[in-house]
Amino acid sequence: MEKSRIVITGVGLTSPNGNNIEEYRKNLLDGVAGVQLMDVRYMGKQPAGVCDFDTKTYQTRKELRVGTRAGSIAIYSAREAVASSGIDFEAFDKSRIGVYIGTTEHGNVETENEVYNISKFDYDTRYWTHHHNPRTVANNPAGEITINMGITGPHYTIGAACAAGNAGLIQAVQMLRLGEVDFALAGGVSESIQTFGIFAGFKSQGALGSHEDVSKASRPFDKSRNGIVVSEGGAIYTLERLEDAQARGAQILGEIIGYRINSDASDYVLPNPERQAECMHQALAVAGIKPGEVDIVNTHATSTPMGDIQEIKAIREVFGECPTTYVNNTKSYIGHCMGAAGALELAGNLPSFHDNIIHPTINVEDLDPECALPNLVINEPLKVDAVKIILNNSFGMLGINSALIVQKFED
Amino acid sequence: MTEDQVKQIVIDIIKEIAPDEDTTDIKSEVALREQMDLDSMDFLDIVMELRKQHGIEVPEADYPQLASLESCATYLTPKFNDK
Repeated sequence: MEKSRIVITGVGLTSPNGNNIEEYRKNLLDGVAGVQLMDVRYMGKQPAGVCDFDTKTYQTRKELRVGTRAGSIAIYSAREAVASSGIDFEAFDKSRIGVYIGTTEHGNVETENEVYNISKFDYDTRYWTHHHNPRTVANNPAGEITINMGITGPHYTIGAACAAGNAGLIQAVQMLRLGEVDFALAGGVSESIQTFGIFAGFKSQGALGSHEDVSKASRPFDKSRNGIVVSEGGAIYTLERLEDAQARGAQILGEIIGYRINSDASDYVLPNPERQAECMHQALAVAGIKPGEVDIVNTHATSTPMGDIQEIKAIREVFGECPTTYVNNTKSYIGHCMGAAGALELAGNLPSFHDNIIHPTINVEDLDPECALPNLVINEPLKVDAVKIILNNSFGMLGINSALIVQKFED
Repeated sequence: MTEDQVKQIVIDIIKEIAPDEDTTDIKSEVALREQMDLDSMDFLDIVMELRKQHGIEVPEADYPQLASLESCATYLTPKFNDK
């Protein structure tokens, strides 16, 4: 059976260094990081990526009070994506829209807040809010989008650790191909900076990033890197079947030509380069292209001592003989946006289809020889003749790997 | 505590839980839900804030007593004065 071609027709985002794709891209090309010190409950000031979009743009104050931060990020990103897609949303059949949002985790923030709240009342559970359950159900961010926008088609979140942003997009591709929906809102969101547990967990694991200059706390591939910077953010795309997008004369930001999700089946935390390489190979096979045809490989690298080395090993195995395949990273600017990471990082690279510039990974003062690759783009943007294919890596705990391949659209 | 003071306490709670609502001209005798966009979750919030801020307990069977500002005042004033 001939598979439908699926294209990206809109994008909305909020990142620690930009609240739309233009601002975000400009800051990536200008080397502007978005990491700051933030008070974390019980832990004091920690480096974190904080978004500053205006939450009241698309929500009432009551909605903000009742809902979650992840819901707000999701609503902002989804509304911006729909606006950028140019679709006549009011006229569109809302029962034919699907919402597929990747999350690393959901509910920790709200549960921690309530435990803290009842600690002020001697742990009397009569003070536990009735909002707890609707806030913590795993579909919350996707569900908040549907309530806010009046979408009556399917919605759910995809729990895929830090591979979730790619996983949301992949789910949308599949559902569009199955004909379950005609228009999809898909990507990833994260509210993780509101939970001390994630910071404390990484700290206990020896994987929480720090630096005396907070803008350098996230520094993948640098020899002195010491861990992850936890960030919030969201990136949501509108996806459509090519024929539908063309019928309405939509802008086409890229075509998803291949993807793969696989599992390490080896460790809870430590990545497995063999399986990562296998994931990339399989995505390339689905796309029907050779490694050398890829122009940009977005690394997942999170600035942990071991993780970055493991991923570079995998990339060396797949792209070691590809002189025109360049490798970059976006977490050096914005930290690790968890469930939003894959989707946001793709948004950072998509504009290169038009400007042919590859943004670098920043904060590399002393490149770790174990992370060195001839085509790693470091500290300065690189202008190339043409960018036509991006491979977007996104990996997560429990050994989940994802690779998404997006091609510049040429009819 | 007077009934007017109790009404003001309830209005202050509504301002907190439904910040988009106009509370300047609430009619005392008319049901709150007829004047404002309040749902059942909002009434649970009112019950919670009475408990948290004032130590007042409203059993579930008595929730209908919170229907209007007037009924709130009638029902809650003795509770405030018995504290």
